Amino acid sequence: MNQNQTGLSDSIGANVRIDAVTKTYETREGPGVHALDRIDLDLASGSFVACVGPSGCGKSTLLSLMAGLFPPSEGEIRVDGSVVRKAHPKVGVVFQTDLLLYWRTVLDNIMLPLEIKRQDREQGRKRALDLLVQVGLEGFESKYPSELSGGMRQRVAICRALIQEPGLLLMDEPFGALDALTREKMITDLEKMWLRLGNTVLFITHGIDEAVFLADRVLVMSPRPGRVDLDLTVDMPRPRNWGAAHEDPVFNGYVRQIRRIFEAEGVL
Amino acid sequence: MSVADNAGSTTVNNRKGKQFGEQAMLMLEKFAALIFGSAIILAWQIIVPLSGLSEFILPTPLQIGQRVVTEYALLLRHAGVTTFEVLAGFGTSVVVGVPLALAIFYSKIVERAVYPILVAMQTIPKIVLAPLLVLYLGYGWAPKITLAFLISFFPIVISTVVGLQSLDKGYVNLVRSMGANEFETFFKLRLPAALPNVFGGFKVAISLAVIGAVIGEYIAADKGLGYLQLQANSQFDTTLNFATVVVISAIGVSLFSILSLLERKVSFRRDSAK
Repeated sequence: MNQNQTGLSDSIGANVRIDAVTKTYETREGPGVHALDRIDLDLASGSFVACVGPSGCGKSTLLSLMAGLFPPSEGEIRVDGSVVRKAHPKVGVVFQTDLLLYWRTVLDNIMLPLEIKRQDREQGRKRALDLLVQVGLEGFESKYPSELSGGMRQRVAICRALIQEPGLLLMDEPFGALDALTREKMITDLEKMWLRLGNTVLFITHGIDEAVFLADRVLVMSPRPGRVDLDLTVDMPRPRNWGAAHEDPVFNGYVRQIRRIFEAEGVL
Repeated sequence: MSVADNAGSTTVNNRKGKQFGEQAMLMLEKFAALIFGSAIILAWQIIVPLSGLSEFILPTPLQIGQRVVTEYALLLRHAGVTTFEVLAGFGTSVVVGVPLALAIFYSKIVERAVYPILVAMQTIPKIVLAPLLVLYLGYGWAPKITLAFLISFFPIVISTVVGLQSLDKGYVNLVRSMGANEFETFFKLRLPAALPNVFGGFKVAISLAVIGAVIGEYIAADKGLGYLQLQANSQFDTTLNFATVVVISAIGVSLFSILSLLERKVSFRRDSAK
């Protein structure tokens, strides 16, 4: 499905296996909130999987479980065969807000994961500068976050998630806080970057068009309890073009298919 | 040719003149407080002799300044005592207050047990404890240090707790997702994020510690600037009285400035890059 995969036998994309994962949030009064109900998923190495659904459908819970922020109530998640119990070395996360540390320069923000894992700084520095070039922020390494625009800050956050060359990149509505034009540019640039790097990506979003545009596969989730209603394969050539895609009947067909599910559920 | 040259040099001069005006304006803004303060002192210096007030009622700034210079040995001796009391009281506040703030932050039980009492005790004016402290601790430096400690302790604890608690949970999730343990989370994230609040508390505390020490000296003492000021008062030596005020203020300002400098060394303020 991805042309980039065929040429790269040693792709960094991780295999992800989600096996009967259930998450119930404990509450003090009686039975807890059933956030996820027996989710079974396999994410192929190097695939771009988007997950759409209304608020409260458990998609953020799924991402938190995969990031190892807390354990599932039942079932298990494996990344390249090893079970995720706490933070997994092969997983990088981009959150909804950039969460840059304002007292650190751009470069030191990107280096934070390496510092925490006590890895070689000099080698990391080279990689960080290289990533900055790739996201179009060459020469910004000594700036502070307060000197950057919202889009630039989120680009730095993406570099920070990529510095460890994670096999699995988790993105939790990463462009949700950006204005429409910046968002469009970020979406297009993300696809280009992913085509070069080949990580497995789980991309959570509210935007149906964003999901279809970026993904090889879109998971449509519904709430209470969170489950996957539709597992849609997006068969469109890459690299894709944002403007052209919106006039492409194939693209619009996928979008309509997802909208119909939300309409049937009363979400839309 | 020469006409053209002249025309050129005139525009350059104009531009220079404009730049000079802008720079003067910027300088004026930068030193506004200094200029305003000097104006008040100057007005004081001019108006007092004109109004015929005697030095005994209101000395002029010059007379006060002269007194500070002539009596510097006396003032310095007493200033040393007061500064020691302030630093000992403030230091104890830091040493006790910061760990207590950490305990409140990390332990639900400590928070439930201690924090409401601390907040309630903030409403007690600690000054009213001064006579009791003399009763229990005598006339030496102990009651002054204790008062300076009591009065400066609360802002340190509370601002440190607030600084630690105000961190967005998202940041904690971020470093957790990178595999950080609590030790790393504290030193890479919680501490630097709380530092502006912590230093805010320190700055309030150091000013209060000066008040605590001086009030302690008012109640019962045989040395220190508070004692010296009461002596001057009882001898109707208004100029020495003012000279003491100047030195006490200088201690407060110096300690505050040292803290600000230290803050700039270790802490990064959110807006300072702009």
